[in-house]
Amino acid sequence: MFDQLDAILLARIQFAFTVSFHFIFPSFSIGLASYLAVLEGLWLKTGKALYLDLFKYWLKIFAIAFAMGVVSGIVMSYQFGTNWSVFSDRAGPVIGPLMAYEVLTAFFLEAGFLGVMLFGMNRVGKRLHFAATCMVALGTLISATWILSVNSWMHTPTGFEMGANGQFLPGPSWWAIVFNPSFPYRLMHTVTASYLTVAFVVGGVAAWHLLRDSGNAHARKMFSMAMWMATLVAPLQIALGDAHGLNTLEHQPQKVMAMEGHFQSHPDGAPLILFGIPNSAEKRVDYAVEIPNLSSLILKHDLNAPLAGLDTIPDEDEPPVGIVFWSFRVMVGIGFAMLGLGIWSLFARWRGRLYDWRWLHRAALVMGPSGFVAVIAGWITTEVGRQPFVIYNLLRTADAASPLDAPAVAASLIAFVIVYFAVFGAGVWYILHLMHKPPHTGEKGVKRGEPGPIRTAGITPGPTQNPGDPDALPRSSEEATDGR
Amino acid sequence: MAVDVDLTTIWAFIIAFAVFAYVVMDGFDLGIGILFPFLEVGTERDRAMNSIAPVWDGNETWLVLGGGGLFAAFPLAYAVILPATYPLIIAMLLGLVFRGVAFEYRWRDPRHRRLWDWAFTGGSLVAATAQGMTLGALLQGITVVDRAYAGSWFDWLTPYTLLTGLGTAAGYALLGGTWLVWKLDGAYQAHARRLARLAAWATLMLMGAVSLYNLLLNAEYASRWLTTPEIWFAAPVPILTGLVALALLRALAVERHSKPFWLSIALFFLGMAGLGVTMWPYVVPPSITIWDAAAPERSQWFMLIGVAITMPLILAYTVWAYWVFRGKVGDEGYH
Ligand code: HDD
Ligand code: HEM
Ligand code: HEM
Repeated sequence: MFDQLDAILLARIQFAFTVSFHFIFPSFSIGLASYLAVLEGLWLKTGKALYLDLFKYWLKIFAIAFAMGVVSGIVMSYQFGTNWSVFSDRAGPVIGPLMAYEVLTAFFLEAGFLGVMLFGMNRVGKRLHFAATCMVALGTLISATWILSVNSWMHTPTGFEMGANGQFLPGPSWWAIVFNPSFPYRLMHTVTASYLTVAFVVGGVAAWHLLRDSGNAHARKMFSMAMWMATLVAPLQIALGDAHGLNTLEHQPQKVMAMEGHFQSHPDGAPLILFGIPNSAEKRVDYAVEIPNLSSLILKHDLNAPLAGLDTIPDEDEPPVGIVFWSFRVMVGIGFAMLGLGIWSLFARWRGRLYDWRWLHRAALVMGPSGFVAVIAGWITTEVGRQPFVIYNLLRTADAASPLDAPAVAASLIAFVIVYFAVFGAGVWYILHLMHKPPHTGEKGVKRGEPGPIRTAGITPGPTQNPGDPDALPRSSEEATDGR
Repeated sequence: MAVDVDLTTIWAFIIAFAVFAYVVMDGFDLGIGILFPFLEVGTERDRAMNSIAPVWDGNETWLVLGGGGLFAAFPLAYAVILPATYPLIIAMLLGLVFRGVAFEYRWRDPRHRRLWDWAFTGGSLVAATAQGMTLGALLQGITVVDRAYAGSWFDWLTPYTLLTGLGTAAGYALLGGTWLVWKLDGAYQAHARRLARLAAWATLMLMGAVSLYNLLLNAEYASRWLTTPEIWFAAPVPILTGLVALALLRALAVERHSKPFWLSIALFFLGMAGLGVTMWPYVVPPSITIWDAAAPERSQWFMLIGVAITMPLILAYTVWAYWVFRGKVGDEGYH
């Protein structure tokens, strides 16, 4: 019933599932850690309590997201060996050291200062606490740098030699490995993506509270900050994406062919296919809506430049077109929608209606989770577009897998699916619950009139610690209905 | 570069250090998870949890260093051990997922606190046992053909591995119990001391059983411990272990502070040394030595530079983080 091929397919699904889940949390915590550092910095600089309130509000959310990021990340670091052991053996000498550097320079930094960031304000004082926050933020960025270098090397491998035992061995220069051709583009595009993701989450939460009470000063501040990010960073992200695409065209042309849906070569100017249904069997895009010559203009900056299509690639080296085509469009579509919202908010600012234009707030609310969708769509484009190779043009995914039987992989896959949905589902629920509470003055508060310890000692409430935490889910349904 | 102390040996010691650091540091976190059902609901549990909340993430990072370091320095070993112990690794990872999120969730959702307390205990117990069984599976030998695991599905499941799994869980409970002796006071401390005493007995008995089983497992292991001249290097390990065990049991009768914890760590250190005597120079017994599995020198040098620069810093800020949260955990928690 099962054969080796099934085992590989299952391993791919398992990897795709666990890494996509994992990446949802980093894309949030990278941006959020920086945002927290900014908020705390503003508080120290201006002395305004409002910033401290916002800091504490988001810190509680950060604690949960970070914990989920950590546990799902540990799974990832072992997935290479459990499911891709051939890949691990062969690529280990090159990418292993980069991942070890990630642990040494990033994970320890994050984890070492996280405790102080979450629980330590009254133990170390404001300035040292701010330093700890900055270290955590810095750690997330360093982490992204190394892991994206690894990932980029798998897309555009450089600087290696082939060993007699089939291993990829480092060449004389580590620089050539770390700074492989797609790395700078991917790093910038991904980090910017996570800033945008957080901007839209913050904007969405602020919009939710403005819709309920447009006078909420905290929500106003959040909304304004988020909309500035959207206005400034969305166009930047589009420019970075364009540059990334040109780089991909140079190094991984068949991925771009799949993204564009170009089954055929176009010797004198390729059209930009806006929508359509890629039909791999017939090698054409059905019902295509296209703009003539625009693809050549975007990719070659010349209306009539020739563009090769998938007909120039042997069939067994082609990525699955449908997935790549669509995930790319989802990402780009969201990118332009983000730009649109940014421009709208600029207009609203100019008209003085930033805080009371309900349709703007509704739109921001809807766009709240869009960053996550774009990020995952982007990764799917990138990773599926690399198939059928795991190390581009050098090692096929099918040759990289562990010698495991399909039932073993199927069982672990099912376990991951169940556990992740249950555990991370609960975590997301808790986060949504926290977001649902309006940010307010003296954030941390113990419910008025409630008996129990009143914690005045700390500056941070130790939100995750406080047994009588008013932000915890209600114990009973009466409590649920009596408001906050 | 033919330096005398070769890089591969250095790397074997670095990985061993990472694993040891992981075992003692996450060991006490997981141990508290294992002891959790025996703690009273309410203040006692809350304080136990508070005593590790600020440090568990850093502790767990050593596991990533152990795994990532193995991947980087001994890729072949990483590529053989993980498929060979596949179900154990997956179980460990899932266990760590449950106990990791429990730290946050139990405060967030009082209505389901019992559920998350059980997730904390279950996750810790599964992770600890799976780690011990993985070690057992490694020690009993892994079949390798052509740079790949070639054994069958359930090779990892034997009476021996069950014993090592239980032994590890008991040892972690000992670390957790002695940590609580250090961090709690009053009646809670006395309770922790009772629990730690039980865990100490269980640990010592299982440690002894595993050691004897080792000698039966494999003639080569036995010859390392029982023939001259090896015995002169090996003998101090069991002798010191006996002395430490006695000191530990005595300390647990009276001590109010950190002494039992440090003695438990010493016990683990001796266990690790014994492991070294048994396995050296194999990384995957009975066929792959550290030199067979080693990454090329360029990879080893590159990483060694990284370790030399970052490790002192890591140790410094880790100590600092512990220092910030020093002292007994009181009601105030860490607010
Ligand atoms: C662009 C950034 C990025 C990408 C592509 C990945 N990660 Fe990740 N990872 C992070 C950014 C990050 C982070 C921001 O540094 C996290 C998220 C939350 C956290 O705790 O740190 C993290 C956590 C995290 C941890 C836990 C660290 C700890 O104990 O503190 C591990 C072991 C990994 N990751 C491993 C991986 C692996 C093996 C990946 C590839 C398949 C991967 N990550 C993709
Ligand atoms: C965190 C963001 C990432 C996401 C969301 C992601 C997503 C994916 C997806 C969806 C696949 C499946 C492709 C397919 O099977 O058709 C895949 C494959 C793969 N990715 Fe990534 N990836 C990410 C980062 C990385 C990184 C950083 C690495 C390397 C360190 C990596 C290594 C791989 C490998 C080895 C495969 C091959 C296995 C497979 O085909 O499923 N990925 N990834
Ligand atoms: C309209 C604007 C955008 C363009 C033209 C664009 C372009 C691209 C291209 C060409 C790739 C694939 C690169 C490769 O695989 O070699 C990519 C990947 C990706 N995109 Fe975008 N993108 C845009 C908007 C966005 C937005 C708004 C987000 C998220 C908020 C995002 C997140 C990502 C991520 C996470 C990846 C995968 C990692 C990487 O390869 O960089 N992109 N993008």
